[in-house]
Amino acid sequence: MQYNDKLNLKKLDQDLITVNKKKKKVQKIGMENWMKGIFFMCAVFSISSIVFMIYFIFSSGIPFITEYGVARFLTGTTWAPSNTPGSYGILPMMIGSILVTGGATLIGMPIGILTAVFMAAYCPPELYKILKAAVNLMAAIPSILYGFFALQFIVPFMREVAGGTGMNMMTAMILLGLMILPTIISLSEAALRAVPRSYYEGSLALGTTHEKTVLSVMVPAAKSGIISSVILGIGRAIGETMAVVLIAGNQPIIPDSLFSGVRTLTTNIVLEMAYAQGEHKEALIATAAVLFLFILMINSLFLYVKKKRG
Amino acid sequence: MNKIEINQLNLWYGQFQALHDIVLDIPENEVTAFIGPSGCGKSTLIKSLNRMNDLVDHCQVKGEVLFNGTDIYRMSDPVSALRKKIGMVFQQPNPFPKSIYDNVAYGPRTHGIKDRKTLDTIVEKSLRGAAVWEEVKDILNKSALSVSGGQQQRICIARALAVQPEVLLMDEPTSALDPISTAKIEELIINLKKNYTIVMVTHNMQQASRISDQTAFFYNGRIIETDRTERLFTRPAKQQTADYVSGRFG
Repeated sequence: MQYNDKLNLKKLDQDLITVNKKKKKVQKIGMENWMKGIFFMCAVFSISSIVFMIYFIFSSGIPFITEYGVARFLTGTTWAPSNTPGSYGILPMMIGSILVTGGATLIGMPIGILTAVFMAAYCPPELYKILKAAVNLMAAIPSILYGFFALQFIVPFMREVAGGTGMNMMTAMILLGLMILPTIISLSEAALRAVPRSYYEGSLALGTTHEKTVLSVMVPAAKSGIISSVILGIGRAIGETMAVVLIAGNQPIIPDSLFSGVRTLTTNIVLEMAYAQGEHKEALIATAAVLFLFILMINSLFLYVKKKRG
Repeated sequence: MNKIEINQLNLWYGQFQALHDIVLDIPENEVTAFIGPSGCGKSTLIKSLNRMNDLVDHCQVKGEVLFNGTDIYRMSDPVSALRKKIGMVFQQPNPFPKSIYDNVAYGPRTHGIKDRKTLDTIVEKSLRGAAVWEEVKDILNKSALSVSGGQQQRICIARALAVQPEVLLMDEPTSALDPISTAKIEELIINLKKNYTIVMVTHNMQQASRISDQTAFFYNGRIIETDRTERLFTRPAKQQTADYVSGRFG
């Protein structure tokens, strides 16, 4: 009898434990589902904002473009919203954006990549700390401050060199070249640091110098990461607005020299949006649609390079 | 004749002394094997023979390592010239992310050979020397990372042979490989000693007894015993060596 009692007690204990476990499991699953829901809502929120943005830009932009004429809009060289009827050719701004971004890349890419090589392969540790902090700070500075800096230093310099106001395409190229440096430096450096050390040692063991190893093994091994960094830099340059509007001159004309004033797609919007009405406003939103396509192309290129690496 | 002579070599990593009073002669055209438990200094010693230890922070070396009669820690030539003559193969196959051809041609190109025909000849000769030519001759332009681990390791050996070294250092060259690849590399090592002096670290005592002519047994940063391989494995002079080679500890 006693024995039996003991057994029953044991069984009871076990049953209780199983029940508790089940209860816990149910609670856990409830909690997990709940959290999953929150994560999902956050994801939906982020994605829906971009979907709405695309909808807004294209639903307002495309009707204008079709009405005004795709060719007239994209290849027209006159931007004169105050004429009657208004002229809305954005070719000068497209060319402006492409040239300014191209120039900025030509300036920023070599400096950025070589800085990254220096930081990853040559920099003494004490200097590295300072350099790394400086690059991070450069990335965090608001673009309007870059604009002020350019207005104070690059514009007067340009005035001296090229005459005129000093607000021209070259000024914008130099400024944007500077502004894309942190993107290129940080990402290229990370790509170089991700190169396995065994490659470095393997090369040195063949009787190769540090310099040769860095240039012939490390940089090629980090190639796709470095290219990605440049593409992201290009994306940053083409989208930059506030710094450029301060120093580029902003004339809506196709620039005929490096020292001619220039207006980009972004600055075209910001300069006139505040007072634009009706057709003029639609033309600006259509400009944004074109800018969006530019960014889409750059991002696709980035994804392609990344995919090729993986 | 001795290719390398090590005299009273002591080595420190910071405060930690990793090698104590190492004395060892490495005869030309023979295979010398380093055996011993993990952390006993075998890899440290092999890395100090081509000064790869220079890359380790706070590594300090005292004593001498004579290579062809010249102390490699006091020579006037740059260290890259030394590493050109003393090649190295690592534990993990480490081909560069380049084509098989470019991997093997990398060394000669670095040392100034530009002519395509000369390079072709060197690449073929080196890959043949590393017993991997037949397997890769049709895929020379494919990435060296796309072939098997055993083939990668032989490509790395070919890459080392391409700069025409006199000595090959191998740090556990088969520990990351399957038995068939291991057998191929062991056979290759026996063939290579006709033209090269080989020093290898191994965890595998059967491997040491199969392919080496001389074996050094390491324990706690010291060489306990060095002898002809056959004698060291059958009639070791020290009890510690006997315990290790019979598998009683390690």
